[in-house]
Amino acid sequence: MKKETISRRGFIFKTGVGLGVLVGVGVMACGPLRRTIAEKVDQGPPGYKNEYEAYVWFELKPDGTITLYSPKVEMGQGIFTALAQIAADELEMDFKNLKVVHATTNHGPIDSLSTGGSLTVSSLYQPLRELAATMREMIKANAATIMGVPVKTLTVKNGEVIGVNQKLTFAEVASKSTKWDIKIETPVLKPNKDFTIIGKPIPRNDLVPKVKGETRYGIDSTFPDMVFGSVARPPVFGATFQSVEVGDVAKMPGVVKVLTEKNFVGVIADSRVQAEDAKKALKITWKMPNKLAQQADVDALVRVGVGKDVMIQKEGNTDILKKDETFTKEYFSPLGVHGHIEPNGAAAFYKDGKVVVKMSTQVASITRDDVAKALKIDKENVDIQSQFLGGGFGRRLQTPHAIEAALMSRAVGKPVHVFFERNEEFQNGVLRPPTHNVLKAKLDANGTIEAIEHHTASADVAFNSAILANVFKPLSSSIGESIVGADFGAWRGGMIHYKNIKNYNTTAYHKELPFQTSWWRGLGLLANTFAIESFMDELAHYSNQDALEFRLKHLRDDEKGRSIKNVLTAACEKAGWGKPLPAGRAMGLACSIDVNTPVAQVAEVEIKNGQIKVRKVTCAIDPGLIINPDGVKAQSEGAIIMGLSATLFEEITIKDGMATPNAFGYYPMASIRDTPEIEIILLSSGDKPRGVGEPPIGPIGAAIANAVFNLTGKRLNRIPLQTQIT
Amino acid sequence: MKIDFVINNIPKSVDVPENMPLLWVVRDVLDMKGTKFGCGQAACGACTVHIDGDAVRSCSFAVQYAQNKHITTIEGLSSGEKLHPVQQAWIEEIVPQCGYCQPGFMMSVANLLDKIPNPTDEEIDDNITNICRCGTYYRMRKAIHRAATIKSSQI
Repeated sequence: MKKETISRRGFIFKTGVGLGVLVGVGVMACGPLRRTIAEKVDQGPPGYKNEYEAYVWFELKPDGTITLYSPKVEMGQGIFTALAQIAADELEMDFKNLKVVHATTNHGPIDSLSTGGSLTVSSLYQPLRELAATMREMIKANAATIMGVPVKTLTVKNGEVIGVNQKLTFAEVASKSTKWDIKIETPVLKPNKDFTIIGKPIPRNDLVPKVKGETRYGIDSTFPDMVFGSVARPPVFGATFQSVEVGDVAKMPGVVKVLTEKNFVGVIADSRVQAEDAKKALKITWKMPNKLAQQADVDALVRVGVGKDVMIQKEGNTDILKKDETFTKEYFSPLGVHGHIEPNGAAAFYKDGKVVVKMSTQVASITRDDVAKALKIDKENVDIQSQFLGGGFGRRLQTPHAIEAALMSRAVGKPVHVFFERNEEFQNGVLRPPTHNVLKAKLDANGTIEAIEHHTASADVAFNSAILANVFKPLSSSIGESIVGADFGAWRGGMIHYKNIKNYNTTAYHKELPFQTSWWRGLGLLANTFAIESFMDELAHYSNQDALEFRLKHLRDDEKGRSIKNVLTAACEKAGWGKPLPAGRAMGLACSIDVNTPVAQVAEVEIKNGQIKVRKVTCAIDPGLIINPDGVKAQSEGAIIMGLSATLFEEITIKDGMATPNAFGYYPMASIRDTPEIEIILLSSGDKPRGVGEPPIGPIGAAIANAVFNLTGKRLNRIPLQTQIT
Repeated sequence: MKIDFVINNIPKSVDVPENMPLLWVVRDVLDMKGTKFGCGQAACGACTVHIDGDAVRSCSFAVQYAQNKHITTIEGLSSGEKLHPVQQAWIEEIVPQCGYCQPGFMMSVANLLDKIPNPTDEEIDDNITNICRCGTYYRMRKAIHRAATIKSSQI
């Protein structure tokens, strides 16, 4: 396999007197695109291809600090810390002097992919190290010139270039350099055994500002003399703006302007309250859809057997399952919301044909393109300045508020701040699609699965999203058409990974809903794993086999299979699987593998006052090379809580074209009361990092449901589980 | 309407609509962004501040009722450079992920510890009802107990 290194890519290289040096690179670290998109999304770290490259820059400043301009955004996942560790290790400098900031779209063609998919660290690891090593060698070369000694006599350690009799700090090299030569050949990278910063549980570099309340999120963005916008959004799914009677609203206190655009109407006022009061006073006529969406429609559309079906995985022959003695079960999950605590907001300032937008977005460059198109200006005249995100979870891949803020700013000639009210996040955001899964299997006389079929039905995740159109289109020609026809976001986690079975296949069914559904942490991973792993448990119970042993014997003895076996064994051993528990408690087990990261979880539950109480979750995860063990633990804990919340409590139903409930108090999310003890066991196989943010959300739903079955004998096949127990 | 109050020990006078939630006065008028907007319905607690020693969800508290009151926000929780025990514990347990809800949590917990210096797990469950979507609760509970210990050692 030919490996592309950064030396074959274009560098960005700027210097100036007293400015230090800025070095950047177009990143292309992956080899030829030879796997299918199916494998990429479900199992492997995806590659960047052609024009869809990530870009990163370093800037060495005269004070000796180095700033990394991150093309990926920090939304809590700890990537700023992980990227700093990776870079500082190769640069041989103090972690604290390596600053990470968000690149803005005006810095250059930053990442055309989103921040998401658990890909940031795994995709940037190699190119970032190569760039860091290049930077280190450039500093070393300049130090050699300043000292008047050969480069080979120098070493770099702790931010100093050390010679035989003298040494220079990075700051001294930066301030004494007048000229920089970029290294053309990629330097030799450190062997993993020499890492001094990678692998350490360093507290995250955004910790103190976050604890002091100093961190600025998208919704916190301001400009001097900013005014406040409020946008009227459609009251039901499918409604579109038709006309508005402004009347005396324009004369209400504080109102600057009522702006009517083709597809929306907004009010701009001196204060937020005035803008909202004025918006409520507008008489808006909406063009209503022919039929208001109802939950029954959703249930009928998202159904195995309905919509376009694509077989996404096939091994052997499952014809044997057409006979009637097969074991068949079905599972369901509902619509849900992201529940990010920071509502989507933006501050925009349009002036002299250019616009700056400060906001939280997972897709800065797509947001830029959308704003440019809406304002009919060149992309170069739009600067999207990403701020810290108050949670992402996939919700910040759609950014209409950037366009709204920009249009409003242009209309009034002042900066405008606009955001989604919480009820608008429910009604006018995007929902996690529901799922329906049917699994069929036949066991032989030894209790071994002869054949298994998985049918998974859902609605849009990747389909109809900006990302699919922008990024994945070029890949389609190089992969099988059959896979392209299925929504890979929806079936994520849906493939059978028990490959010691001779005959297995998976079919995905897809149907669009009359409202927008899209990405949610892990995409289909939680729901598909809930189905597969509940089913495995049912099969084990049906054939009187231990749930752990049953899983182990169906995993193939290859690298991937062994990695799953290892997490299963580790989690069960730590949790005390099979040992007696106090009365009224039981354990359940489940596992998954996502972006090549296997995870196994054991949930220990009890039922108290008719409520499922998860008392402990033991989780084993193997994310490959671990950059920051504390960061991996934090992400695992968080994914377990978010998955627990979705599994036990959360559900959106559709009534008369509206998402219900549409408020936090009524949409039940886990609180500290619902939080179990959590133990994370870290395994580390392989010499490169894999994904972490999403994989640990996979098993939790099934682990809880399996535990409830072991406790009560009642099989809960429908999320949210709590509604089934009472 | 002209309203006077003391915020983080500094007297302030604002002239705003009387029904304006205190949250937006703090954020938009005083430009202090540490207090967060989450839901606008007092359901998530991201906007929690202290008013005369009580934890209050400022998104649902009209500014007119803050007349002559003492308000503390996250920016005023520490005394100068010295962090509040809750903030210290939050750092030691590395609680925040995205961090957006954390000021509200820390304000709620600081108030809980004023009222119940050494809360049991059940008292924590009953009193800390804010929402964190990153799911940092497991560390948070440890941090609350740690903060109680730090605080009691300082008296």
